[in-house]
Amino acid sequence: MAQPITAHAEVPGIEGEGANFPPFDVNTFGSQLLWLAITFAVLYLLMSRVIVPRLSGILEDRRSRIAGDLRIAAESKARAEEAGEAYEKALAEARGRAQALAQETRDKLAAETAEKRAALEAELARNLADAEARITAGKEKAMGNVEAIASDAAAAIVERLTGQAPARDAVATAVGKAMAQ
Amino acid sequence: MAANPIEQFEIKNLIPLGNIGGQEIAFTNSALFMVGAVALITLGFTAATAGRSLVPGRAQAAAEMLYEFVANTLRQSAGEKGMKFFPFVFSLFMFVLTCNMLGMIPGFFTVTSHVIVTFALAILVIGTVIVYGFVKHGTHFLGLFVPSGVPAWLLPFMVVIELISFLSRPISLSLRLFANMLAGHVALKVFAGFIVALGGLAASGGMTGVLGVAGAALPLAMAVALTAFEFLVAFLQAYVFTILTCIYLHDALHPGH
Repeated sequence: MAQPITAHAEVPGIEGEGANFPPFDVNTFGSQLLWLAITFAVLYLLMSRVIVPRLSGILEDRRSRIAGDLRIAAESKARAEEAGEAYEKALAEARGRAQALAQETRDKLAAETAEKRAALEAELARNLADAEARITAGKEKAMGNVEAIASDAAAAIVERLTGQAPARDAVATAVGKAMAQ
Repeated sequence: MAANPIEQFEIKNLIPLGNIGGQEIAFTNSALFMVGAVALITLGFTAATAGRSLVPGRAQAAAEMLYEFVANTLRQSAGEKGMKFFPFVFSLFMFVLTCNMLGMIPGFFTVTSHVIVTFALAILVIGTVIVYGFVKHGTHFLGLFVPSGVPAWLLPFMVVIELISFLSRPISLSLRLFANMLAGHVALKVFAGFIVALGGLAASGGMTGVLGVAGAALPLAMAVALTAFEFLVAFLQAYVFTILTCIYLHDALHPGH
């Protein structure tokens, strides 16, 4: 075990002698405190003036941007829904108006038709009445002629039978008597 | 490369600046990494947010994630009113996180592995709590030390306990971060040292060589696992520091139980 001794010589004890232990060397405290004060003060100043405001600004910007975008999206959605409702309403209104218009047109046409038919029927009735009146008049005239024809025929028959012409009045009376039966 | 696990914590004067009251003042490697961390944070955030895009790119999304993460932590612990401390809390978180993470790069100095740095940050937090508490609430801020609903004879003890717990806050806050970073880096270095030592044993060949290979593989696996673990710790300690700051700020905003 000769070699391990030389090897161990390179691994000295963990504890240094108190005075040589660097962290407890009072002589270095002055420099360390001075430089710590300087560097930490500089760090604090740069942190509070530059870095922290910038970082918080970035995060705040993002937060407000996201919130703003969400708000705009919500507004757009509300507008879209509103537009949809307005469309539905307009559609329903238009449908209602179209129905009313159709109904009105139908009613008007029906009324016109009824009026025309009534007028036509009235004219037809008048024509019918006229025609009937004319027929009646013709019939009466014809009947009047029938009496004259019958008298003439009766006078001619009597003349043929008796050889003498009968009195005109007697024939007319006799025909009138016969026709009255 | 020296295998002394403590050497990595040494403060080296890069540019001596003279003496103030007997204290040596210099631009040290620690100062270099503080400046580097601040430059990295500010340039990183400025570049990432330069576009101010509505839809963030990769870098801006990461910057926003960090912002939201710390903002949510603060809001949950200290309420909406606590948001006025946000630049302070965010600066603390980013500074501690960046220093911790820079320390994970081999050969880099870990600013937060020095108790004076973590203690100064803790005092800054507690100082903010005390100053703001008194300015905002006056003597009412002292109600923080007087729990309500406690019998009168018990009150003096409770006040003493509350006072001690309040005063121990900066100590626990600073020691937790310091010790975690220190111990993690020491452990990493020690395991790395074992790899080198046992690797040297492997080079000797023979029976001891076989033992050496097997022996070196174990600390190597440990070092890999520890590295991953240390990244977790580096983030976790920055988060713990931040959330405790938020809880203490809550006391400044709402004193009294």
